[in-house]
Amino acid sequence: MGIFSPGFVGRRRDANPLLPPGQYEVSNFPVLSAGPTPKINLDDWAFSIRAGNGDLKAWNWQTLMAQPIEQFTVDLHCVTRWSQFGMGWRGVSLDVLLDGVDTSTTPYAMAGCYGGYTTNVRMSDLLGGKAWVAFEFDGKPLAPEHGGPARLLIPHLYLWKSAKWLNSLTLMDHHELGFWEMYGYNDIGDPWKEERYS
Amino acid sequence: MVDWHMARVAEIHEETATARSLRLKIDEWPGQLSGQHLDIRVTAPDGYQASREYSIASGASTDGDALVEVSVEELPDGELSPYLVRGVEVGDMLEVRGPVGGYFVWRPEQPEPVQLIAGGSGVVPLMSMLRTHAAAGHPTPMRLLYSVRAPQFVFYMDEFMQLAEQSNDSVMLDYAYTREAPEGWARSVGRLTRDEVIKLTLPPEQNPITYICGPNSFVENIAMWMVDLGHPAERVRTERFGGA
Repeated sequence: MGIFSPGFVGRRRDANPLLPPGQYEVSNFPVLSAGPTPKINLDDWAFSIRAGNGDLKAWNWQTLMAQPIEQFTVDLHCVTRWSQFGMGWRGVSLDVLLDGVDTSTTPYAMAGCYGGYTTNVRMSDLLGGKAWVAFEFDGKPLAPEHGGPARLLIPHLYLWKSAKWLNSLTLMDHHELGFWEMYGYNDIGDPWKEERYS
Repeated sequence: MVDWHMARVAEIHEETATARSLRLKIDEWPGQLSGQHLDIRVTAPDGYQASREYSIASGASTDGDALVEVSVEELPDGELSPYLVRGVEVGDMLEVRGPVGGYFVWRPEQPEPVQLIAGGSGVVPLMSMLRTHAAAGHPTPMRLLYSVRAPQFVFYMDEFMQLAEQSNDSVMLDYAYTREAPEGWARSVGRLTRDEVIKLTLPPEQNPITYICGPNSFVENIAMWMVDLGHPAERVRTERFGGA
């Protein structure tokens, strides 16, 4: 690093150990989506997981709500540099939804969404209490612009991996790139390693 | 892509009452597509760094020596924007990384008509598209609907006029002032309504592709109306400016 800007002071927002490198804290919840917000009726909503052997597990809104629901508080980090701390959510853990699914031959997964968005994640980022299908934020049903009725939530990765308007998860034995990953964003997206771009 | 490049501020143009255009000479720059953005990083004397994303206003280019323009609006709670709008001087060095993005992009080989809709500083990447369209002498209709608070906040006022005049009627401009309009302006001030959006945008029958950029609430509303009016959702691309 050889250049300095004498007139620049900055906010020193990086003193907070909870902030990944290059991030700054916000108290609002900005929206970033590549297209219009889909409007999805709960009656029409469905979510399915396709396993490596082709088996399909599927839920509608009622059967999802019948799963064990967790309440959890997490920090979220967007690749556009905002981070928000202590966000309260409710959702169903992917550990629950993947229970009984053989994932031994499928180290990769692709999330698919209403509206056509996709993002690729590693199986290891979905299991072990690290990911949820989330449908409530801040005590209220998740607003459509934030991905409602339900979104994938993987707090330990940049937020584009937490696909909004989730409707499928395809387990794969091979690696593929999702929507933003094809446009130059990082394959894994770990904020603590500042993996923004490919 | 992931590397930071040295960039020298070659020219500064006061764009509006609160915004500035910086033209950067970037070392080993690969050029950009229309609609892409770049990261700017600034380092304080004690080593503290901050970086933010800024849309590129220059047209598409493969010339690494061409100046790259970013137009920065000062945000009240901004960390970098006050420095870029009021602190930086010609000759100063910054660091730049990019270009980034590939979906909110217009390429001249796209044949269909184009509807651009901007809210405030969201006009910046759309200017890139208009400049690319002009440089290619592109025949396809490109229509801009630009919602802005008041005349003193309009970006690129003169250049827009020129682009429209020299476009053989392919470029159309419509301004909607939300708080204060020029003397004698026919439209009353206020936010765009659904009916106005119907009147001032290319109809779905022409199969346009639409690019909407601006603050989230603006983009959310307009994108919803466009889909209601019959534009397929996959032909409506959005870029929402969020954060500070």
